[in-house]
Amino acid sequence: MTDATPQRATEPGVARDGPARRGRGGDEGEGMDYLVSLPRRVVTVYLPLLVFLFVLLFPFYWMVITTFKSNEELYDFKDFSPFWVVHPTLHNLHKLFFETHYPIWLWNTMVVSVVATFLSLFCAVCAGYAIERLRFKGSRLVGMAIFLAYLVPPSILFIPLSTMVFSYGLFDSKFALILTYPTFLIPFCTWLLMGYFRSIPYELEECALIDGATRLQILVKIILPLAVPGLISAGIFAFTLSWNEFIYALTFISSTTNKTVPVGVVTELVEGDVYHWGSLMAGALMGSLPVAVLYSFFVEYYVSSMTGAVKE
Amino acid sequence: MVAEIPSVTADSAYRMSLWSRLMTDRNFLGFWFMLPAAAVLILFLAWPLVLGIWLSMTDTTIGRPGVFIGLENFDWLSDDPVFWLAVFNTFLYTTVASIVKFLLGLWLALLLNKHLPFKALLRAIVLLPWIVPTVLSAIAFWWIYDAQFSIISWVLLKFGWITANVNFLGDPDNARASVIAANVWRGIPFVAITLLAGLQTISPSLHEAATIDGASGWQRFRYVTMPLLTPIIAVVMTFSVLFTFTDFQLIYVLTRGGPLNATHLMATLSFQRAIPGGQLGEGAAIAVAMIPFLLAAILFSYFGLQRRKWQQGGRD
Repeated sequence: MTDATPQRATEPGVARDGPARRGRGGDEGEGMDYLVSLPRRVVTVYLPLLVFLFVLLFPFYWMVITTFKSNEELYDFKDFSPFWVVHPTLHNLHKLFFETHYPIWLWNTMVVSVVATFLSLFCAVCAGYAIERLRFKGSRLVGMAIFLAYLVPPSILFIPLSTMVFSYGLFDSKFALILTYPTFLIPFCTWLLMGYFRSIPYELEECALIDGATRLQILVKIILPLAVPGLISAGIFAFTLSWNEFIYALTFISSTTNKTVPVGVVTELVEGDVYHWGSLMAGALMGSLPVAVLYSFFVEYYVSSMTGAVKE
Repeated sequence: MVAEIPSVTADSAYRMSLWSRLMTDRNFLGFWFMLPAAAVLILFLAWPLVLGIWLSMTDTTIGRPGVFIGLENFDWLSDDPVFWLAVFNTFLYTTVASIVKFLLGLWLALLLNKHLPFKALLRAIVLLPWIVPTVLSAIAFWWIYDAQFSIISWVLLKFGWITANVNFLGDPDNARASVIAANVWRGIPFVAITLLAGLQTISPSLHEAATIDGASGWQRFRYVTMPLLTPIIAVVMTFSVLFTFTDFQLIYVLTRGGPLNATHLMATLSFQRAIPGGQLGEGAAIAVAMIPFLLAAILFSYFGLQRRKWQQGGRD
């Protein structure tokens, strides 16, 4: 568990899906599963799995179906089956994009997430390299402190942070979010990158040192190119975390045009007692799509960063 | 920073100036490499933590700096039934949600560890609820739990199992069960995928050997899988407990603490008193009251990690 990088730890699962799995002898994944008869497998494996998948995916299906329903269909369970759309409409999406501030919220979320991610990655690369490779005095202690920082939840920091944000004059600006998001991104990214740096052979660095390279040159020219998968993992994960952030954005932002998607949807699309479920669901769907698309391209990196952060 | 790099030439080797000696000194370099991260973390994480403890001992309100009042906030909270209700809710929420998440997550991990077609795709789908912003999936749950148009009520009515719509978020007990269910839904993927990664490191030959020795399926699970999985379970569950304990988003969207404060967690109560209520000192006191429990969870995690070290023969 420890000698593998986060990436490598998940690789067996991927490799197993390749054509090699036919051979029973050399294949670890199949194990003794072939001893179980098919009907028994259906009851003990496939059926529960189907139930799990149904429950996990149903809210998304419901989001999508509601987005494309017209109001008369939405509230009429007698004439229309609630599980299907008879007359799909783009009315809800149109309303969302042209009658609310939704596009601005999307843009705000994008700017804040991207800037916070790059800022955190820069800090995390330097810190991770220093802790893992420079091994300065007290580096172990600092590594432990970084791990502990990862465990400090935003819900106990937002009150003092809000007073700080206010006194620095950052209240209701993107900078408030860009500067506070790294507090939970840097510990995570550093911890993840430390694991990657550890997996790069130290001999490479020694060779470069003998050839007269400085530490900064080593970091930029040797370590970083080799740690690209780790950088991608940390980067997309940090982006997702900032995209999902809620409590800081809710507390530090007050004007409509500065809000992020999660906050905007909750505070602005809900008007009084009448809930416009169609446009609410459209807002939820459109806010989820960017991360879902990013996720679909980088599934393996997500899995490795998630399992890596826990296991390292 | 780039400007600081001196070009390294052969003759500089025997002219070891102070500067080039500094450039090879790991403590000096370590300081500069750590500086960006340390600056952000000290300024926006460590300092607010201290400031939060200070605020909890003042009567600060929004727009007025407070004065030191000692433990008066805590004293006041200890007589506040709503606070104790929130503490009770937080424990109920954390305990029930964590146990259910663990059991279902472990089950799902075991299922996914079987030989299945489209394994990578399945794993990708399972993780989806965890990727999507909590607030947005919570809004979907809000709609699913709607008092009038809930799809669950509709299906149950169709089957004839109930006679009237279920009042999911209006009744205290139902509301508690509903928010826990939504939290479990979001938490299962994290537990399942990380435990799956742990399961994949267990060599199947151990299971084969146990089977040859006559172990039943349950015995193999109990005496082979579980001991090897314990360290990662300890870490995963610490994270899970920690994030459930400090949960805010789900409650804020689904119930805002209602009905009758039945779903108020410490985090939501602290927000409500501090930001809309303006009582920053009191809100900070509620947040500070969470710290001892978080420390307990972190210590638990620490010993979980220790055990892993021991299990792997003392290697780090």
